[in-house]
Order: sequence, then structure tokens, then C-alpha cells
Amino acid sequence: MTVYAAPGQDGAIVSYESRYDHWIGGEYVAPAKGQYFENPSPVNGRSFTEIARGTADDVERALDAAHGAADAWGRTSVADRANILNRIADRLEQNLEKLAVAESWENGKPVRETLAADLPLAVDHFRYFAGAIRAQEGGLAELDDDTVAYHFHEPLGVVAQIIPWNFPILMAVWKLAPALAAGNTVVLKPAEQTPASIHLMMSLIADLLPPGVVNIVNGFGVEAGKPLASSARVAKVAFTGETTTGRLIMQYASENIKPVTLELGGKSPNLFFDDVSARDDDFLDKALEGFTMFALNQGEVCTCPSRALIQQGHYSDFLAAAVDRTNAIKQGNPLDTDTMVGAQASNDQLEKILSYLDIGQREGAKLLTGGERADLGGDLAGGYYVQPTIFQGDNAMRIFQEEIFGPVVSVASFSDFADGIKIANDTLYGLGAGVWTRDMNTAYRAGRAIQAGRVWTNCYHAYPAHAAFGGYKQSGIGRENHRMMLDHYQQTKNLLVSYSTKKQGFF
Amino acid sequence: MVVSRVEVTPAAADLIRSLHGTHGPLMFHQSGGCCDGSAPMCFPSGEFRTGSADVLLEELDIDGVTEPVTFWMSSSQFALWRHTHLTVDVVPGRGSGFSLEAPEGVRFLIRSRLLTEDELAELGD
Repeated sequence: MTVYAAPGQDGAIVSYESRYDHWIGGEYVAPAKGQYFENPSPVNGRSFTEIARGTADDVERALDAAHGAADAWGRTSVADRANILNRIADRLEQNLEKLAVAESWENGKPVRETLAADLPLAVDHFRYFAGAIRAQEGGLAELDDDTVAYHFHEPLGVVAQIIPWNFPILMAVWKLAPALAAGNTVVLKPAEQTPASIHLMMSLIADLLPPGVVNIVNGFGVEAGKPLASSARVAKVAFTGETTTGRLIMQYASENIKPVTLELGGKSPNLFFDDVSARDDDFLDKALEGFTMFALNQGEVCTCPSRALIQQGHYSDFLAAAVDRTNAIKQGNPLDTDTMVGAQASNDQLEKILSYLDIGQREGAKLLTGGERADLGGDLAGGYYVQPTIFQGDNAMRIFQEEIFGPVVSVASFSDFADGIKIANDTLYGLGAGVWTRDMNTAYRAGRAIQAGRVWTNCYHAYPAHAAFGGYKQSGIGRENHRMMLDHYQQTKNLLVSYSTKKQGFF
Repeated sequence: MVVSRVEVTPAAADLIRSLHGTHGPLMFHQSGGCCDGSAPMCFPSGEFRTGSADVLLEELDIDGVTEPVTFWMSSSQFALWRHTHLTVDVVPGRGSGFSLEAPEGVRFLIRSRLLTEDELAELGD
């Protein structure tokens, strides 16, 4: 067990600066309006740094820098770009522990997660796209003896990326790595809840990138995000967040006829077929962990398995064991490596979760464990903690239909395969899903029948690069985490070439 | 008394008045999905284009605000929410998305209760 000192405290392995300006054109630039906002840690509710409050003027300045760098970066050879991405990966790996502690402090998530998942995945993501861009080829089609169609990949130019707060570094990397690999320059806006850890990462890799290739403008959505998303000077907008803002970004993009990729969340079903409990073995233990994954990252994951659907034959026994497993979760100081569940990322997030705990009970769902704010006392007294919570209810209830984004799972039973799939698909969203069974035919059929972009089969919450991630239905557009994301950051140039010297014959 | 689907708390009404003074006529669109989903988003009226996929739940009458503040939701989400009564409240927070109040250090929040059978009957549900 290790308990890390909070950044900036005695014995800490990492410190934040007391202030972060915008990162534009390879240097820190003060906000045009001179305003800053406080950045509190959800661990104790107290501010630890202040952040530039960006506006349209700052966005324009960042776009100037990005446009200034775009041509040279787009013409940099793929070998050189890949080398840079690999060096970034190495640098992050060398500083992994520091970044893990820093991100934990800013977001409230347990350091065991940032050490074992967020940061190693970010490192690997850069390496994956370094490899993917090296291996990418254009195409050619020999249309006839005289005519060849060549297809080249070209960068889009300057792209806008709006990052969520639940994985401040990893979600930025999911967007940065493919965009940079494809030869684009970027203006990135971190979430206003978690802007600092991205700057800490940037400070570690700044010397590896030409100025202007990555620019970071901080600020609030309405003040900085909107001028970025609605700018005619960006060739594409990538956004992770919720549906209303997703629609608004599509609306702005439509005004400029620009593409978007969107990841807008889900209400992911996690199906446990009867045969899971056929034996008391490692697999059953793994499935129970799979149930408990609803609490990973405090439930602040777009693919949180927040609807557990358990087949009737083993419903009571499996659920009882799942409640025990949930009650064994250790909640506490996120900087303690034994802590499994930390703090919610912000006060409004905490309040929203509590409002769902309220309506869940008003709708008649039965509370099996949890259900309240957790007061951890001491140094953590001001933090935003929620008890891991299990509701038993009906799929029509709002707690089964909306992404609570907290450590809350809603449980229902299903009778047979058809019933399970029907309930699983009875949702507006289709981002993630889980299927647990010892029968490979059931696993295959269920995975294909569920309308979701990612179906974890006998596993959950794994996010390796090279496995496409994205949504069906209202969960969004595009597939991240895979080389196909390169297509979302590239134009196709077709050269249609005639090798005939003879006229075509029309005139 | 006329049955409503959406109400606002006094604190939310204060904030709406303040935002109205700065930004002019306002609208809400209730969000869904991840991150800041399930939060009501407040925009200058007309900023968010509603269409056939949206339902107008309420035209909120706020003291001191000349025109009604519309409250919208996508129709698919409304189908899942229509049995509940919504109260727009405000809490300290950061928010995300493009909602107007976030830079003030506060966030609109929805509190919900079940509509009673009498209310549902009056609403024609």
C-alpha cells in the first residue's frame, strides 16, 4: 500500500503550477481578457491552481498558431511523425507515476486506476497510432489499360477537439494521437473541471512537438468551446460529452459544412446468463467483478455498465454475491493505492447523482446497498463522495434509462435470450454492453444482437488500442481507439490519371 | 391551479433573471447522455435549433422576464421522462457543455418527482 502526498505538498512526487495560461504556438499565453478561474480538487473541494478563462480572442489566436503550423506538419514524413509520437509515448511512460498522481488529484479518481489504466493506455495509444500511420497505405485502381485512379490520404488541416473531464489525459490522447498521426494540427479545449493535468502532460512533451502543432485553450464551454466549435477555420470538430451539446456542435458544423465525430455516452447493459453461476470458479469470480465494474472510475465512464440484467435462474444467488462484492469496495482517499472508488469529479456531478438516487426511490426502485452521499471525514470532508449503490427495479424507470454518471447500477432480471436482448436494446443509446456466459454460441448471438458499438464478452471496461470504440443510436458518430479513426482525420485525394495520348473524342 | 410539467426554484428563477439581463431571451434544452448529460442546458433563445425531434414541455413564466422561457427535450427522451415532474434548481458547480450559467460558478440541475394520477389526467397522459 502506498499513499501519495497530494501534488505540491511535502513529499509529493509532482506539483502543479499555481496558474496555467493557454498553450498557444509553443508558449504560454495569458488570456486576452485577463481572467482566470479556480480549479478545485474533488478530493477535498479546495482549489489547487488557477486556469486562464479563454474567450473567442484566445481561440482565434490559437487557430492562427495552428494554421501557421499546419502546412509544415502535414508535410512532415509519416516516419518523422511516428517517431515523434513514439518519443511522446516514451516521455509519458518515464513520467507515468507523476502524471497518474496529478490526474488523480484533479479528477478524484483512484490512483490505482490512473497507474494501471489511464496512463499506460495513453502511452500505448501514441505508440499504436505511430505504428498505424507508418503502416497506412493509399490505394490505386487500374481502371483500364490507360487509366489509373490513385488515392492519397491527406490531413484535414486544423481540427478542434473538446475533451471531457472523466479521463482528462486519456480522452485527450484518444483524440490527439490519431489527429497528429494523420498530419493535422490541433486546437484542444480541456474540460473546465479538469484542465490542469493536460497542461502538466503538455509541459512534459512540449519540446518534442513543433510550435503550433498542439494548442490548448482553456475555458468554459459557452465562452471558449462555442467559438472553437463554430469556427469556420476548423476542418473538423471532435467532441465527447452529452447529447444536447452534441447536437449543437453538429448544428454549428452544418453551418460550415464540416464533419464531426461525437461520443455522447450510453446506458450500457451488462447481461449475466444463467450458466455464469454453473460453477463456483474463477469465471464466476470474474463475472462478479464484471458486475462491480459499474463503480469503476466512480461510474463516470460513458460505458459504465449501469444496467445489470441477470437471468432469472440464478438471479437471487448472483445478485446476493454481487451485493457482497459491492459492499467490499474500498472507498477513500484517491491517492491511496488501496482505494477502489474515489471522489466524483465535481459538486454539480455529485448533486446530479444524488437527484437520481432520489427519483430512483420515488419511482419505486428497491435500494439494495448504498444510496447516499459518503462523508469520509478528516481531510476528505469537503470532497464529493457517493456510496456505491445498487437499485433493483424495472427498465422503464429513469434510473435505467439515463446515464447517471455515478457509482450506481440498476438491476433487473430477464427470462430467456430474447427477453434479455429486448431489455438490453430498450434504450436510446448504444455505446457499450457486456455479455457473460460460458456458452460460446450464446455469447456470439448476444453480442451480435445487442445494438451497441462495443460488446465486451466475458470481460468489461478494457480499452486497448486496436479495438474500435464508438456508438450506435444516440451514442454518437465515429470510431475511436482504432486505425479507422485516421479516416476521420483525413481527406481522400483522388488523382485520376490518363496515360493515353489520344483525345477523349467529345470535342 | 394549472398543472405544469416543469417548475423552477426561487434560486433558479433568480439566476434566469440575471442571465436574461445579460443575454436576453432564453431557452432550455434538457440533455441526455454522458458527462453533463441529464442536465438542463440554458441558451439564448433560438441558439439551439429545435425541430420535429423535440417537444416543448413548458413555457416558463419567470417574474421580471418579459417573454416565456421555453423548456425543450428530445421527443425520444420525453417518452421516458413524461411520467415525472421536473424542477429546475441551481447548485454550485462547473458544468460543461455550452450552458450560459457555467462561468458564474453555478449549474442548473433537474430535480424530479412522479406526476400524480390527477396531474397526469389533467395533462392528458
